[in-house]
Amino acid sequence: MKQLFSFKNLKYSACVVALFGVIQLLISLNIFDDYYQITIATICINIILAVSLNLIAGFTGQFSLGHAGFMSIGAYACALITLNINSNYSFFLGIFVGAILSALLGFVIGIPTLRLKGDYLAIATLGMAEIIKIIAQNLEFTGGAAGLSDIPQYTNWVWLFFFTAGTVVVIKNFINSSHGRACVSIREDEIASEVMGINTTKYKVLAFVIGAFFAGIAGALYSTYFYVINPGLFGFLKSVDILVIVVIGGMGSIRGSIIASILLAIVSTYLQDFPEIRMILYSLILVVVMLAREFIKTKKINLDILNIKKYIKTNGAR
Amino acid sequence: MEQFVQQLINGLSLGSIYALIALGYTMVYGIVKLINFAHGDIFMVGAYVGFVSITYFNMGFFPALLIAMLFCAVLGVVIEKVAYKPLRNASRITALITAIGVSLLLEYVVMFFAKAGVRTYPENVLPNLEMTILGVRITFTQVCIFAVTIALVILLQFIVHKTRVGKAMRAVSMDKDAAQLMGINVNNTISVTFAIGSALAGAAGILVGVYYNSIDPLMGIIPGLKAFVAAVFGGIGIIPGAMIGGFSIGAVETMVSGYGSSLYKDAVAFAILILVLIVKPSGLLGKNTREKV
Repeated sequence: MKQLFSFKNLKYSACVVALFGVIQLLISLNIFDDYYQITIATICINIILAVSLNLIAGFTGQFSLGHAGFMSIGAYACALITLNINSNYSFFLGIFVGAILSALLGFVIGIPTLRLKGDYLAIATLGMAEIIKIIAQNLEFTGGAAGLSDIPQYTNWVWLFFFTAGTVVVIKNFINSSHGRACVSIREDEIASEVMGINTTKYKVLAFVIGAFFAGIAGALYSTYFYVINPGLFGFLKSVDILVIVVIGGMGSIRGSIIASILLAIVSTYLQDFPEIRMILYSLILVVVMLAREFIKTKKINLDILNIKKYIKTNGAR
Repeated sequence: MEQFVQQLINGLSLGSIYALIALGYTMVYGIVKLINFAHGDIFMVGAYVGFVSITYFNMGFFPALLIAMLFCAVLGVVIEKVAYKPLRNASRITALITAIGVSLLLEYVVMFFAKAGVRTYPENVLPNLEMTILGVRITFTQVCIFAVTIALVILLQFIVHKTRVGKAMRAVSMDKDAAQLMGINVNNTISVTFAIGSALAGAAGILVGVYYNSIDPLMGIIPGLKAFVAAVFGGIGIIPGAMIGGFSIGAVETMVSGYGSSLYKDAVAFAILILVLIVKPSGLLGKNTREKV
């Protein structure tokens, strides 16, 4: 209890509540028009996606390229429920069912595929997401390639904020729990953690299921905010987008994922002014950022080596 | 039965194309352990180079094929030098995202210059002949695709197994550091691997253009992924494996479109991938390696 109300926690909560209040005020005073609101919704949904993928890829070290597949399950489940059940609770039911279905799928897919490592796992999850996309394209009740439209808009800033903050809090706490530390140890060295008595399969699947659960929520929020969904939205590129946020923000850093989500949303908002070369610029930025990161990293190592040499020179010959 | 053989023939021509792309994937993965996502787009660039040389420069099929292969080889080496070489010791995920970035870059640069729409290859690039044997229709284009593929694969086998460069390639893929200690120029060897792999993809590009007549800037994504499936299916890093994988994926795909629904043909390839990865991750011809601590 004492820990729960520690100064640090209170400080963070105050900041979060203040952020919520300020943006709510700006929206209700109409200073933030629809355009800004859409950007904010994109940021929130991307934060949920990136933080949940970070749990899988960054903290547990399982390289997934199929996060958009889980998102689409949540999106379709929620859209179908809100379209077909007309009651006050259909939004919550939709989010709940979407998240649970997505988590279930994560469980079913995770058990066989998480035996794979590195690139193979990436390709297997990519294949899974493609299969989900193709099935959604061909089923009758998902509307085929055209997708679903006229989905009622239930999601607003309050719910976006509630779910985004909730995701971050839950995942942050999970990582700081004993289960979370087990996940991190799998990333560091799978064999060593197995030797230490950690059930690696269990924790890998657990991380995968939790990640899928929140991706489902993000999908559900997406479908009830943007009215329209179609299978093309949840393709390979979407998975890459999420992974890029995680990698640019830093693998294993929740704060980084949040900042990168905001930054990338701002960048893509600016790039919208140049529709012709938007994707060229985006991909160039991607390559340059990756090369620059590596350049800085290796520079650092070199500097360290220089220091060690200097250290040995001055202190070694005593 | 006739239909089955017909589908098999169609599958072989499609499979040759997958095999050519898969060879590049498998060679590059074997030597630098990188899934070169840009490979599918090099294939697309090959198709466009072929299109330009045939339509605007009125070249025949074979000169156009050579030019496409040459252009793609240079492109592959440039990409390797600029984007992948600095990341050789970086984490897997960094290299992978860079590869995806390069892939997007190629797609949208081509889209910028050639516009997003579909371009059609001229008719009669190859003589429009066909023959019917026991009710099975074989076109001259199909024969050509198959022949070009086989010729290129034999050439590749020759390079890999009989020349100094090939020996260097095998050595580097086995152990990069040891190869360097033995005086092999690792950087050049990797460049040569990219050049050969990309040239094969370029050849596949022009063959697809001639076979299906239509090309577009995003045509490389799905064949690229399927070729990777083929490479994994045959055992990644193994050249005959990529061939077998390519032909199998092509045959299965045409069978699914012929007997089932063509809508699910892409899903089947990925389902095969997941099954292979679960049952035998080292692939059909791969050897199981034991995990070392």
